[in-house]
Amino acid sequence: MTQASHDELARVVRDHAGQLAASLVHLVGDFAAAEDLVQDAIEAALTHWPAEGIPERPDAWLYTVAHRRGLDALRRESRYREKLKLVTWPTVPEPGDRLGLVFTCCHPALPRTGQVALTLRVVCGLTTAQIAKAFLIPESTVGQRITRAKRKISDAGIPYRIPGAEELGARLAEVMTVIYLLFNEGYLSSGGPQVHSRDLTDDAEFLAALLHNLMPAEPEVAGLLALIRLHRARAAARFDQDGEIIQLQDQDRSRWDHQVIADAGQLIARAAALKRPGPYQLQAAIIACHAEANRWEDTDWTQIVVLYDMLLYLAPSPVTRLHRAIALRYVTRPADALLEVDALADELDGYHLLHATRAELLRDLGHADQARAADERALTLTTNPAERSLLRQRLSWT
Amino acid sequence: MKYVLMFVETEEFASDLAAMDDAERGRAYARVLQWFADHQDKITHHGHLMPADTATTLRLDRGDPLITDGPFVEGKEVVSGYAEIDVADLDEALRVAKSWPACPLVEIRPLMS
Repeated sequence: MTQASHDELARVVRDHAGQLAASLVHLVGDFAAAEDLVQDAIEAALTHWPAEGIPERPDAWLYTVAHRRGLDALRRESRYREKLKLVTWPTVPEPGDRLGLVFTCCHPALPRTGQVALTLRVVCGLTTAQIAKAFLIPESTVGQRITRAKRKISDAGIPYRIPGAEELGARLAEVMTVIYLLFNEGYLSSGGPQVHSRDLTDDAEFLAALLHNLMPAEPEVAGLLALIRLHRARAAARFDQDGEIIQLQDQDRSRWDHQVIADAGQLIARAAALKRPGPYQLQAAIIACHAEANRWEDTDWTQIVVLYDMLLYLAPSPVTRLHRAIALRYVTRPADALLEVDALADELDGYHLLHATRAELLRDLGHADQARAADERALTLTTNPAERSLLRQRLSWT
Repeated sequence: MKYVLMFVETEEFASDLAAMDDAERGRAYARVLQWFADHQDKITHHGHLMPADTATTLRLDRGDPLITDGPFVEGKEVVSGYAEIDVADLDEALRVAKSWPACPLVEIRPLMS
């Protein structure tokens, strides 16, 4: 199978499996039973479709398998079986059903690992094997996380619906954390040799877009979606043919997707007009400053520092302070940025980016030996192959 | 669904309570009574335990029953009371528990049906 038809298959399954899961959970009224049926149907699709081609109505195909197997599998569970009998095609879920399902999968009473696995399986239609492969963990571990999470949903009475107004803010933040985590996982592991492994950044974008369509008045959701799209729009230019990282200043900006960047910029502007700023909107705005600059020299660093200041006000964190210091270097002198970085040295001693940043600043200031020492320290702190290779290259040049 | 809310006291909470004067403590108890009144339609029964130093623990799996003084876990956090509630789902149980005005920890457990 080619990569293109592989991606197409993944997209079709994701579009329809999550919808079917939402309908069945709503109509049958049992999360675990409905989810099992959909998972069975997905497994069947992944067996048949690659050979036979994707059917004209993939949703009807999945429904038929789930329905037939359900009547068979639920023989003993007569109350669910009777309900499933009444379910007829087409099963169009209310938008709320699908959203409710997302909130169930990301319920704060579930452990984070369970939230992630369940969201991918139930909302995005991934199989247990695909999730295991994407996270480089054993399939049995993923299976166990899903089983435990589903059991807790049923035993602890976790509902499947959209939370009430007073809880919505906190619950939405939980969902966005799961999506952001998925995105980061996919972003950091990209560029490697595993061509056929699942692109989690695609699933993260799908989830953020789903959430944004269903909750268009939530500016942070729009911010998260813009953030993901801005990163993905530039993904093609991040690595060279050998999988080595190309740093931002050296990237070929003509390889960026400028249409996606422009659309994301509009998304940020519409969100900002709602006048409820938040960390995702600000992070997206910072990336937009980079993405909208035609050349590295055109980057609006002053604006970036201002945005970091706002971000630090809303969500103080030493890592954000470090990124602000990196930007500060282009607004004032490297010595000022180095003072800022050194102020974080204790807190972020175990973080490779702190040492790599120090190295760059020390090199600019003519302290080659200290710079080497900082790069060597950074090298001991990261296992990411692309980052290691970049640091090694730098050490060999200087 | 039925849930039991287990109210858990911390050392800090107990010493704060001990440090209150009578009027303050009276107001603290009044808030708890108000909470029970606000949720009375959902609370099926409840109880407040005597302090942990009144506990006696019996160990039955090591030969002859072994009696020791004190709670079964020696910790800084002890269960001090409980309320059984009957609500639609976990989210409603969480809403009820969130407004609890006294000790700082509440464990929510579904009752086996």
